[in-house]
Amino acid sequence: MTDMGDIWVDEGLTQVPYAVYDDEEIYARERARLFQGPTWNFLGLECEVPDAGDFKTTFLGDIPVVLVRGKDGKVRGFENRCAHRGALLCLERFGNAKAFTCVYHAWSYDYDGNLVGVAFQNGVKGEGGMPDSFKREEHGLRRVKIAVLAGLVFGSFDSTVPPLEDYLGPDIVARIHRVLPRPPKVLGYYTQTMRNNWKLYAENVRDPYHASILHLFFTTFRVNRLSQKGGIIVSENGGHHVSYSKLEPNAANGADDSDYDAAKLRADSEFGLKEPGLMGGRDEFDDGITLQILSVFPNLVLQQVRNSLVVRQIVPRGVDRADIVWTNYGFEDDDEELADLRLMQANFIGPAGYISMEDGAVGNFIQRALPGTKDETSVVLMGGDEAASMASRATETSIRGFWKIYRDLMDI
Amino acid sequence: MVDTAALVGTVSELLADYAHCIDSDDLERWPDFFTEQAHYRITTMFNHDQGLPVGIIDARNRNMMKDRVAALRKANIFEPQRYRHIVSAVRITGQSGGLVQAEASFIVVRTMIDGSQDLFLSGRYLDSIDLSGDRPQFVDKLVVLDSDKIDTLLAIPL
Repeated sequence: MTDMGDIWVDEGLTQVPYAVYDDEEIYARERARLFQGPTWNFLGLECEVPDAGDFKTTFLGDIPVVLVRGKDGKVRGFENRCAHRGALLCLERFGNAKAFTCVYHAWSYDYDGNLVGVAFQNGVKGEGGMPDSFKREEHGLRRVKIAVLAGLVFGSFDSTVPPLEDYLGPDIVARIHRVLPRPPKVLGYYTQTMRNNWKLYAENVRDPYHASILHLFFTTFRVNRLSQKGGIIVSENGGHHVSYSKLEPNAANGADDSDYDAAKLRADSEFGLKEPGLMGGRDEFDDGITLQILSVFPNLVLQQVRNSLVVRQIVPRGVDRADIVWTNYGFEDDDEELADLRLMQANFIGPAGYISMEDGAVGNFIQRALPGTKDETSVVLMGGDEAASMASRATETSIRGFWKIYRDLMDI
Repeated sequence: MVDTAALVGTVSELLADYAHCIDSDDLERWPDFFTEQAHYRITTMFNHDQGLPVGIIDARNRNMMKDRVAALRKANIFEPQRYRHIVSAVRITGQSGGLVQAEASFIVVRTMIDGSQDLFLSGRYLDSIDLSGDRPQFVDKLVVLDSDKIDTLLAIPL
């Protein structure tokens, strides 16, 4: 690894060098130090592998991994790569397996990743085969350490990672439980491919400043403005955040919109919805919060937009590409009205979402403008230079938090 | 019993007009292809096969389709882009009363303003069409995408 000590021009968090978004060495270092470092990576939902032998293939960073439910009811994980010649072991997205057998040479593994079978280990008709020194127990799959919280399965390749709840901190844990008070039920998936570095999306979700400016759908209807009541929580290590707001019509709570009027945002071209049913909703968590965006470093976003609940997993796909895997969920005991609200309000989110489609493109607008940025940095000064919790959402504090943990772990 | 070949012709013509409407950016006319209470939903083959209900777009009636177009014109931000639909393999899968059920395959090529082109999406239309009025209209249109990966964003309807 070459010296990256001089990539950052200062010690603070307010100037991010553009080089971090398109550098192969940095990408390799992220793979080693972030994704395979002492972090907890979101890998899936417990309910996706309900029974013994049920498996799911996914990615830790960009490394293929398998989650499987063992006979003892616990979820375990291992790298999706045969210990023999390195071929992918599991090719399906979901399934149930008695054992995991590689298609190439039929080496097979149990639910713990132990090598339990080697085809022709003793040769054929007394000839060939593995040497006597070959020990199957030395050739298991690389294990992923697993921790589960509120039905979310996290994994780490680093055995020194702190316990999950310590890693998250109490505020984040509480806000995760808030939107996952009981086991979730999957309502559907889709994946959005972003033609930009994964960190541009990680920053985007930590950026409440843009929300009512880029996403004009809500702003136009005056239902999500920075003048709404809400706030930002940033975890101690900086990596995780919660942005939340309460829906209170501005006319009703007397909020002052003069800053909006002064900023002359495009949002003031009012138009009405012909079908107002989309704007309904239920206060299902009994706290008046209608929007909560929560991130866990490095790859999880947990989203509540009214009654639309989604887990988003960020999967890096090279320096200039990332996949966002959207898993919409509800609960087994949703009544018909609530189940229907979730589907209706799914129109807000995802690649075609009224308030999220722009996020698919805006990272690419930055990615495409990188060629002229050698030695340049972006400006992350909104709300000051710290990475602390704030009552105002006119801030970039949680983006600074992202760079705080990033610099710590990357040692740059 | 209506002649199947004639029905294929009717449905093919409807789909050709429908594709032309979208591809020529005449989106204000797009909701007119549907009855007032029609349901338009885009989903993926995976979700469809697994019975998972969430849609990528889920418009429960024609007013929601009009809202979608209004949002695209006035609120949502995306780079100028056009679709080219290639629709083929129309099959009649059922009929009853004035309704006919039909299936068709499509691919959509997306062209960006800088000229770059990609095969954006492929999939099937699963349609229920009302033939009883002056012109055929969709009562239900389910767009089932073959892949569940969407490149960048899906702004314009399929």
